[in-house]
Amino acid sequence: MQDLINVFIKSAFIENMVLAYFLGMCSYLAVSKTVKTAIGLGAAVIFVLLITAPVNWLINEYLLKEGALGFLGETFAAVDLTFLRFIAFIAVIASMVQLVEMVIEKFSPSLYNSLGIFLPLITVNCAILGTSLFMVQREYSLAESTFFGAGSGVGFFLAIVAIAAIREKIRYSKIPPALRGLGIAFIITGLMGIAFMSLMGIKV
Amino acid sequence: MKFIRNIFDNLEPKMKDNPFLHAVYDGFETFFFTPNHTTSGPGVHIRDGIDLKRTMVFVVLALQACLLFGMWNIGHQHYLSLGLYPGLTESFFTKFLFGALQLIPIIIVANVVGLGIEFYFAAKRGHAIEEGYLVSGMLIPLIMPPDIPLWMLAIAIAFAVIIAKEAFGGTGMNILNIALTARVFLFFAYPLEISGEGCWIAYDYNILHQLFGMEGSTMQALGMSAVPEGGWMTRVVDGFSGATPLGLAAAGGWEAVTNATLPTGGAQYSVSNLFWGIIPGSIGETCKPAIIIGMIFLLFTRIASWRIMLSMALGAVLTGLLFNALGSNAFLEVPFYYHLIMGSFLFAMVYMATDPVTAAQTNTGKWIYGFMIGFIGMVVRVLNPAYPEGWMLAILFLNVFAPTIDHFIYQQNIKRRLSRVA
Repeated sequence: MQDLINVFIKSAFIENMVLAYFLGMCSYLAVSKTVKTAIGLGAAVIFVLLITAPVNWLINEYLLKEGALGFLGETFAAVDLTFLRFIAFIAVIASMVQLVEMVIEKFSPSLYNSLGIFLPLITVNCAILGTSLFMVQREYSLAESTFFGAGSGVGFFLAIVAIAAIREKIRYSKIPPALRGLGIAFIITGLMGIAFMSLMGIKV
Repeated sequence: MKFIRNIFDNLEPKMKDNPFLHAVYDGFETFFFTPNHTTSGPGVHIRDGIDLKRTMVFVVLALQACLLFGMWNIGHQHYLSLGLYPGLTESFFTKFLFGALQLIPIIIVANVVGLGIEFYFAAKRGHAIEEGYLVSGMLIPLIMPPDIPLWMLAIAIAFAVIIAKEAFGGTGMNILNIALTARVFLFFAYPLEISGEGCWIAYDYNILHQLFGMEGSTMQALGMSAVPEGGWMTRVVDGFSGATPLGLAAAGGWEAVTNATLPTGGAQYSVSNLFWGIIPGSIGETCKPAIIIGMIFLLFTRIASWRIMLSMALGAVLTGLLFNALGSNAFLEVPFYYHLIMGSFLFAMVYMATDPVTAAQTNTGKWIYGFMIGFIGMVVRVLNPAYPEGWMLAILFLNVFAPTIDHFIYQQNIKRRLSRVA
């Protein structure tokens, strides 16, 4: 259990997808103008990550890995399908995103409209694909992958909500014209990255 | 005063045309004479009729006790490390002079670099010079180790003022505390100079020794003929350790802290030494009574928020109690009340967490903000082996989340009022 909590804390705070790896920047910067949409997108990302990480783990373990098809018989024991990893992972992610999209459209049309194109674009959000690939690379177990997915999602959620609140707060600041908009958002992201380093090294 | 007024009146027509000169003129004029207008504009820090300049000067005043004590303590620790003058009042003026000569260059560099950048931006962007930096310029020297190389200080301050403040539009617009940004920049850029055991005492001889020939007599007293080469360790008296209380506590718990002794006799970190601040450390953060004097002054003038201070102390105490209850290693077992006098807890609580610009703005938000700082600071200090001390990073972490906390409080209030209408 301690292991799992450590994986969660590490992925949410210390190796935050946005603030440590700078993955998923496109939706992070584009949808962080108001807190309300940021919460919507953050929640969607948490959900997608929570589902895709374990599902992708199962697919990788029982279909794609070298020798994974051994249960079909001798002839398949040597088959290595790892070259299909990207397309398989993306397919799972895309179907999850489709699900989220339908749910949001049904229950909150206003949020659906304000998220706009960025909701389907979660599919190619590199934070999500990155989570699945890191999970394979670090050889997590199924339980660890689930916690890793949840932690990465929570980390993305915290980062996007915090920057959205900051951007709402500084809307009327006298920011130099050259830095308005994305420029200052990048500077804020960097400063947030410094602040998130406070938890580096924590182990439960 | 008439004399100064005349100087300003004579200079005014000459300064008016050049934006740079006029910004400087305006800055000094409003510093010496109360202007007949109050601060306006979209800053987030204005909450009543008091002029921003007076607010800032009050904070600087509150810091003076820490500053004076810090001067003496730099000298005292320096001579202790050489095994000289162990008595508190022994060679009082020498210690004070040593500390002053160590500290004054730091203050000058901090203010020249920071104010220089402020003046430049004020003139360039056509607004009056804002005094927010006066406080940062006083806080930054107080949270630096006494031995900090001045060029590093200059780089850190330039980074903090340009990136964390002017890029956001100047005083009152920054999202991270300026002084802490400068310190955290040093902490991550030059970790050797600002953490560990070697940096909390001014070991090197400064200009004092060259001026008054102190170097020779000091060495004579130590029985050395020349300063040996090879770093500070060779210059200190046998048996002296620069380990900080927190470093000792992390290794061996409270026992190790109280067991530390000085080569000249006596405990290095007795409770009274920790309380009175006669220990190595950042310049202004060691002496708790000096900080408490400043705290009372700030609370009395209602400049600092008592909600943040109280909730931060509560957060730290409750987390300390929780750790005591868990108690699986020596550091976790350090009684929670000793945590309050070790490290920079009190200084961070009084001067850093209460920064009116970067803290939460709502009253409920301040409670949450303070409590979370107390909690995260203790977690970083005790559970995180990567960093010896947690308050700087905990406050920056909560600076990032302060607007989020406020946002939810606002939403709550809006919802409550809407329900009254409906």
